[in-house]
Amino acid sequence: MTPSPATATSSYIAALEAFEKDGFNQDPGWTRALRKEAIARFSELGFPTARRGNEEWKYTDVGPIAQAPFRPPTAPGVAKLGASALKRFTFGERRWHRLVFVDGSFNQRLSFLSALPTGVKVLNLAEALKSRSTLVREHLAGHADYSNQAFTALNTAFVHDGAFVHVPDGAVVEEPIHILFLTTSREKDTVSHPRVLVVTGRHSKTTIIESYGGLTDARYLSNAVSEVVVGPGASVEHYRIQRHSEEAYHVGTTQAVLGRDGHFSSVTFDLGGALVRNNLNVLMGDEGSSCMLNGVYLVTRSQKIDNQVTIDHAKAHTTSRELYKGVLDGQSKAVFHGSIIVRRDAQKVDARQEDKNLLLSDQAEANIKPAFWIYADDVKCGHGAATGRLDESTLFYLRSRGLSEDDAQSLLVRGFVNEVIETISCDPLRAHIGDLVTATLQEL
Amino acid sequence: MLEIRNLYASVGEVEILKGINLKVKAGEVHALMGPNGSGKSTLAFVLAGKPGYVATSGKVTYQGEDLLGMKPEDRARAGVFLSFQHPVEVPGVRLDQFLRAGFNAIHKSKGLEELDPLKFDRMLRQRVKVVGIDPALTKRSVNDGFSGGEKKRNEVLQMAVLEPTLAILDEPDSGLDVDALRTVAQGINQLRSPEKAILLVTHYQRILNYVIPDFVHVLVDGRIVKSGGKELALEIEAEGYEKFEQPQEEAIQSPG
Repeated sequence: MTPSPATATSSYIAALEAFEKDGFNQDPGWTRALRKEAIARFSELGFPTARRGNEEWKYTDVGPIAQAPFRPPTAPGVAKLGASALKRFTFGERRWHRLVFVDGSFNQRLSFLSALPTGVKVLNLAEALKSRSTLVREHLAGHADYSNQAFTALNTAFVHDGAFVHVPDGAVVEEPIHILFLTTSREKDTVSHPRVLVVTGRHSKTTIIESYGGLTDARYLSNAVSEVVVGPGASVEHYRIQRHSEEAYHVGTTQAVLGRDGHFSSVTFDLGGALVRNNLNVLMGDEGSSCMLNGVYLVTRSQKIDNQVTIDHAKAHTTSRELYKGVLDGQSKAVFHGSIIVRRDAQKVDARQEDKNLLLSDQAEANIKPAFWIYADDVKCGHGAATGRLDESTLFYLRSRGLSEDDAQSLLVRGFVNEVIETISCDPLRAHIGDLVTATLQEL
Repeated sequence: MLEIRNLYASVGEVEILKGINLKVKAGEVHALMGPNGSGKSTLAFVLAGKPGYVATSGKVTYQGEDLLGMKPEDRARAGVFLSFQHPVEVPGVRLDQFLRAGFNAIHKSKGLEELDPLKFDRMLRQRVKVVGIDPALTKRSVNDGFSGGEKKRNEVLQMAVLEPTLAILDEPDSGLDVDALRTVAQGINQLRSPEKAILLVTHYQRILNYVIPDFVHVLVDGRIVKSGGKELALEIEAEGYEKFEQPQEEAIQSPG
């Protein structure tokens, strides 16, 4: 039996009421008001399960998420989680800053901060709500739309802990800041709402790595929202590595807002999950801003991945580049829905979008849906889309040099996604992600 | 080393090879010449095992083994190498990594030492010098954006690294200027040895001034119509293929 929207949302309302009494009760009043408003919006909106007239969710049925009664874990934050269990996810260099969240809560013991430039703040949100209340209040939930997006509303309804990064004017954070969200609970159908807020000042430079993963066989939902504010002339490199278990549902929304001449680059890697939906929204909020949004998704068996990328060119002289590449095996399904909006008077916009899929099986399916909404007349917009198989002649060329068919295929697939990996500007990160991708491909 | 007996082969529905007979012994260089469409490349692909190139009858033995029953990679591991007339571009796959994978696959199958990137790189750099290729090309994607001449040299480089026993070279000379032709020929000559053999497929006699063949065969319409020594190539150079294309008594078959 399909539950009505009301029953699907009521368990979340009850869970929030419990938190407001215990756990969230130390938060500032404005946070409580925000949560109240967001849960109200969520219960009005319900999960976007309608199959008719629901363009945004046309290819992805979130029925399974609406039907399961996902609850917060009763015993969050496995206390005994050791560094070795974590190792799979804490890739990278020792000196990288690291914030670790276990089942939604900050874990001080597993986190690590190197020396930061003066004024740079990297801390957990629950703490920042107290110590940085003014700045947090100015931005939190101010960018990611919770009035029309049900999953963002749901996340905002539970906003409490998460990661907060503030990089003031002119500051350069040399080492990447790695924010790791892990689900460890063995209980079935737990939910967490990871939240990230990054605020960067004028001419600053920041590298953020968000990664998501699970250390449990149980089914769970991870519903993440990140807001990234790129100051004037600032540069933010944002990497997102999703390695959930194949039982997991993940909805991840990233909202970036760019100031004048700001640059935002996003490279996402989706290597796990049963059903994954990413919403990446970028607001080119002032002249001269530019973004590069790239991604790789590798899916097999019955995995589903849906990337929704929306770029709003609100101002003139803004540039965007998108390159997503997918490898699909088994009966997996991928959706790429790239929307480019060019507002009136946003002249000299230069936008290019590309999505390419490589199908390794007959049953895999890719849906590519480019959408352009152009209201200015002096713009350059282009898109390319392709779905194909490995080229037989190329395979033969490799085999004629002694490579087995499997090895030849792996090398070609790795070569196919390499174009995206090459766009990672941080050297050690590029090497680490390259290894992760190679390892995932070997399991396909 | 290689014995082809009455080989017929088709691509799709079209029969291209119509009874090839050829014996190549260790130490020999055989030039296979013929006009466009005579089946030269088809023979090269059939010998290397390209899918879609189907031997419909006849037999090919290589070092006593049934070559046609082997997978392409097993032929490579047994020492067969095909230099492609049109080398394939492989975006995203670095030449040095690709070559190391091939080299190690071949070495592994023979129980020989596999090389780590460092050791392989040392060996590769030395081979690069011999072939006269820009060393920077080895760090780029295979043939991706290479000039025609660079692609051909790259084939010779791969041959120099993989050290095959039987090299089948499909028009290694096409599209090369004289300088490039000389280096390519030099690379081929380096491979010559009493243990190895070369089957050199070419349209023009030119390269045979540098790589002197022991035997020359003329392929017309899927059959070898004449065999001889190196002087046969000069004859073709002077007179063209026309006289071989005249219907010959023994070659006539009723159409259909």
